[in-house]
Amino acid sequence: MQIGRVRGAIHSTINHPFYDGRKLLIVDYLDTGGEPTGEYVIAIDTVDSGAGETVLVLDEGNSARQIVDRSNAPVRSVIVGIVDQISIP
Amino acid sequence: MHLGKVIGTLTPCVVYAGLEGVPLLLVQPLDAKLHDHGAPFVAADSTRMCGRDELIYYESSREAALALDPWFVPVDHAIIGIVDDVHLTDFLGREG
Repeated sequence: MQIGRVRGAIHSTINHPFYDGRKLLIVDYLDTGGEPTGEYVIAIDTVDSGAGETVLVLDEGNSARQIVDRSNAPVRSVIVGIVDQISIP
Repeated sequence: MHLGKVIGTLTPCVVYAGLEGVPLLLVQPLDAKLHDHGAPFVAADSTRMCGRDELIYYESSREAALALDPWFVPVDHAIIGIVDDVHLTDFLGREG
């Protein structure tokens, strides 16, 4: 999984049926220092996260399909958590 | 998934079985601020409605094969949808 920060959302009306009515968030990946790495991903949201929040992004198809409980859903990136604190001693 | 822009179409005369009739489009990958970000590639259009210069979002690998109907057609990139708008609220300056 990756640490990311929600930077915004995209809205789409013409899309694959699986994505109808789903929240699509743009998430910037962060390094362990909390700085953006330059990479981003569009992920579906399952924890009601919003712009500016630090989140946990899962980026693997099988796990994503388990989460949405659909064996043939074309989904890979899912926000699975909102991060409160990262401590690296 | 990532953002991309349709920059062209591609019409093959011979294709692998299962790819007949699947629209193939040339896509320029973009970063979150819609600047070019990487080399163009060919993607199958699962919406079958994309046109030139449209802003889209695409998926790759197994998820691309799953996006088409019938699914599991041998493609490595597929357009998932057309973007109506992108709302970026730049929070890069704020602490996490």
